[in-house]
Amino acid sequence: MVFSFAAFSYICALIIDAFLIFFAIFHIISFDELKTDYKNPIDQCNSLNPLVLPEYALHVLFNLMFLFGGEWFSLCLNIPLIAYHINRYRTRPVMSVPGLYDPTNIMSHDVLNTCQREGWIKLAFYLLSFFYYLYGMIVSLIATS
Amino acid sequence: SSIAPPPLVPPSSIAPPPLGPPSSIAPPPLGPPSSIAPPPLGPTSSIAPPPLGPPPSIAPTPLGPPSSIAGPPLGPPSFVGPTSFVRPPVAPPPTVAPSASLSQPLSRPPMGGSSTSQPPPATFQRPPITSYPTIASSVAPQTSTNQQQMQRQYQQSPAAAVYQSNVTRDGWNVGWGTDSVDLLQQRQVLPPGGVEPPKPVLAQDFVRNCIPDILRCTFTKVPETKSLLQKAKMPFGILIHPFKDLEQLPVVSCQQIVRCRSCRTYINPFVVFRGERRWECNLCYRINELPDEFQYDPVSQTYGDPSRRPEVREATIEYIAPSEYMLRPPQPAVYLWLLDTSRQAVDTGYLQIVCDVLREQLDNIPGDRRSLFGFMTFSATVQFYLMPEESDSVNMLEVGDLEDIFVPHPDDLLVNISEQRDQIEKLLKTLPQTHANTTHTQSALGPALTAAYRLLYSLGGRLTVLTSILPSIGPGILKAREDPNQRAATDVLHLNPATDFYKKLALDCSGQQIAVDLFTLNSQYIDLATLSGISKFSGGCVHHFPNFHVHLNPSSVSPFVSCLTRYITRKIGFEAVMRIRATRGLTITNFHGHFFVRSPDLLSLPNINPDAGFAMQVGIEEPLHNIRTAAFQAALLYTSSRGERRIRVHTLCLPVTGNLHDVVNTVDQQAAVALLARMAVDRCQNSTSTDARDALVNACIDALTSYRNSLTQSPGRALMAGHNLKLWPMYTLALLKSISFRGGLSTKLDDRVFAMCELKTLPTRALIASIYPDLYPVHNLSESGALNIDDEVVPQPCRLQLSAEYLNRDGAYLADTGSKMIMYVRSSISTQWLNDVLDVEHFAAMPQMIHELPELDNNTSVLLNSFIKHLNNNRPYQSPILILREDSPARLQFAQLLVEDRTEGAKSYVEFVQFLSSNVK
Repeated sequence: MVFSFAAFSYICALIIDAFLIFFAIFHIISFDELKTDYKNPIDQCNSLNPLVLPEYALHVLFNLMFLFGGEWFSLCLNIPLIAYHINRYRTRPVMSVPGLYDPTNIMSHDVLNTCQREGWIKLAFYLLSFFYYLYGMIVSLIATS
Repeated sequence: SSIAPPPLVPPSSIAPPPLGPPSSIAPPPLGPPSSIAPPPLGPTSSIAPPPLGPPPSIAPTPLGPPSSIAGPPLGPPSFVGPTSFVRPPVAPPPTVAPSASLSQPLSRPPMGGSSTSQPPPATFQRPPITSYPTIASSVAPQTSTNQQQMQRQYQQSPAAAVYQSNVTRDGWNVGWGTDSVDLLQQRQVLPPGGVEPPKPVLAQDFVRNCIPDILRCTFTKVPETKSLLQKAKMPFGILIHPFKDLEQLPVVSCQQIVRCRSCRTYINPFVVFRGERRWECNLCYRINELPDEFQYDPVSQTYGDPSRRPEVREATIEYIAPSEYMLRPPQPAVYLWLLDTSRQAVDTGYLQIVCDVLREQLDNIPGDRRSLFGFMTFSATVQFYLMPEESDSVNMLEVGDLEDIFVPHPDDLLVNISEQRDQIEKLLKTLPQTHANTTHTQSALGPALTAAYRLLYSLGGRLTVLTSILPSIGPGILKAREDPNQRAATDVLHLNPATDFYKKLALDCSGQQIAVDLFTLNSQYIDLATLSGISKFSGGCVHHFPNFHVHLNPSSVSPFVSCLTRYITRKIGFEAVMRIRATRGLTITNFHGHFFVRSPDLLSLPNINPDAGFAMQVGIEEPLHNIRTAAFQAALLYTSSRGERRIRVHTLCLPVTGNLHDVVNTVDQQAAVALLARMAVDRCQNSTSTDARDALVNACIDALTSYRNSLTQSPGRALMAGHNLKLWPMYTLALLKSISFRGGLSTKLDDRVFAMCELKTLPTRALIASIYPDLYPVHNLSESGALNIDDEVVPQPCRLQLSAEYLNRDGAYLADTGSKMIMYVRSSISTQWLNDVLDVEHFAAMPQMIHELPELDNNTSVLLNSFIKHLNNNRPYQSPILILREDSPARLQFAQLLVEDRTEGAKSYVEFVQFLSSNVK
């Protein structure tokens, strides 16, 4: 069975998106732990920070595949999130390690709330796009066969 | 560079209304519109004003202005015209004053009284608009020493008929402390006796609440719901000075510390006893059992009445903690000093001073027999000082490999103060000579800090760093970021750290219970914004002595010595944590100060010092319905320098209200402004300084707006402010002109960052004094109204507002910022006074600057000295005094404190109030 590059990119997007959903859930749980006093902010930041760039990279990866596959609509859906990621990373606190979260200001109520809201919104976005990629994969598979 | 000196000579009349951009400023209301009664101007209810000028047929009412005046024209026809604030002469009693000013409304009676040739005091004139009723408000003479007299202010209005119905109500308002003033009309708002924080009024008023110097809330009545708080538009938070030096502190040692089983609140005076053996927690409302031990009263040695225990009688109490409050055995007091020995640092001569002070104070360092003491220095290399126990010698070990620094074994580096005292003294004696001829011009601060961290790793303790140049070698290297041409820019750059090296190290230190205290003695940019991170997150303190030099700047030495002496000898708590608990429904949303936030209500403080203040913003998550009182409890767990684990608990209880009027009227303006200042510092760092300034102004507008909205009657065009609000605009203006937030004036970046650190950590009273210094006339101190403290007469001059318009030409004025005092001697000062106080013949013979006030054997000098001594009580260390003559080039230092006058790029108080009034809707 042969399928087009577009179908392949949707399959990849589907798999990667599943990972991203897990990332978002982990993110939400971590911040909830911080809020309820279970974890030390230094440890928590140390476990969260290494995951930030891989998440962004994975997201960009399947969008590149959409780009090469000519899936303009799917790409457009994701461009706002990519732009948000770039801006978020650009305005991160001064840090010598990759990542976004600074243990000294993470406990501030505003920062904590923002991060948690960010986690929920991302989770919703990834979930919805999961079903969209599923649909896109089927459509492109039918189109090739 | 381009500082225009603010007018020091009082302008005879301050520029009237067309001030600032004319378009944005509404014309000032001239007198209240006829339908609204002007509020009483006098703040106190106890003073019944004597009958005012008009005919004897008028019966004066005891409170407020005369009520039964029927006919509108009170004064001569010529009086209908400009509304002016005229000061009556000093000498006549207040009964005479108003009539005098009535008969000569436009003449300006001399203030201060002695000579008529002096220029008249500033008169605040408004342009004549005849259609409005005229008000002559005579403000009592402020040079009077009688403070009661100061508070008498009179107001007369031809619109007395309208007035009449309101007099009684106004009188009640004064009595209840809900009186208000029109800021557009009332120029003098500062109470001459100083501002006392409002007291929360509780139903159980026999219980002593926590004193406001320790724990203070921005409201004295807590708003019930979030929406009410939003309507009040004021910041909600608490300010705390947890380790303040106290004269009296009850200490309890017991087997079991009584705490709530669910929220872990310590038992406090505001809990409710349910029978003899149970108590209800006032934070989470759980009913708890009382242990048997609690029935015993240690004072009277009797059983049966738990309400006599000190725990439920005192809002501030200290427990000696049993062993379950220890994670490890209490640490000994450990002090490590890290000194800069680069060429530039040695040249300033600070090394000798530090060693001398340390040697002098070696006996006064807090600690017990276990206390350890160590030394390290750094320049281009890091030097350790080994003091082996078996020999008497001191060996220096120099380490040049900075990337991964080698640290010798701590046993010889940190030595016991009592056992190896001789060696320490020997080291302190020889240290300045050892480095006198150093040629290193670089600073390896980063590696030195890392080495010190490793040295203290297993012990914890206090690391004191003195440095004077930018770290230039090894990890933690910094670059000069400041552009000297941008010092006067409105938007300040580089307020954030350049690298996170120091912050990360601070977090590591915090984890090992090491606090880093930073002293900077720099003459050039040192990047305090980055360096201060080492103290900010490790619970340390920052001290900044710009341009310190023993020979070139001798006046900088004594403040440094007194600060250092205080620093060495003050109390200290090790391995501390502070937890803030609040009534269910209230949550802490943000913290301000030097610490690391470990969990939503827990601050990790490797060291706690008695001069550190903290602030917390509070949010209302659940409405406080059906709750009469809300409480905050701060518990500070620390190890004393004697190796005891102790808990200091402060509890503040406040009534809850659902009424906007109550909330707005009981705000604590000083606390609110102090909290806003801290929030503005954060805003500067996260956004821009312009943004922070705007936020401060908007907060002020919001507060006045919500006050306006809380009034039952629309005040028309007047800018009304309640008794607890009237200073807010003044403090806001002072903040805008403070070193931290000012734009337009050339300010060094380090000075600005240091001022911001101070705003973040100063206790409330000191913070207010630093932004709005106390100004006292000291040329006519007298014994009337003086306090008598320990058989010493301490005169109590009234405070003046910070404007040149209140300065007489023949006066001498003392401005007290808390960290320094500046005395400003005007040119026409009497030679007698100069003779008595400064021991100089005449004004021309007075030196430009004097750094010490002589103690002479005459009454004037004794009074002044005892007054200054009194001011110096209750503060960390004696403030250095600087005496300036009027024409001294350094007078700018004094002029900058006069925040109500117009400066370059900033409004004067009158302009500012008018700007506010056009925005308060």
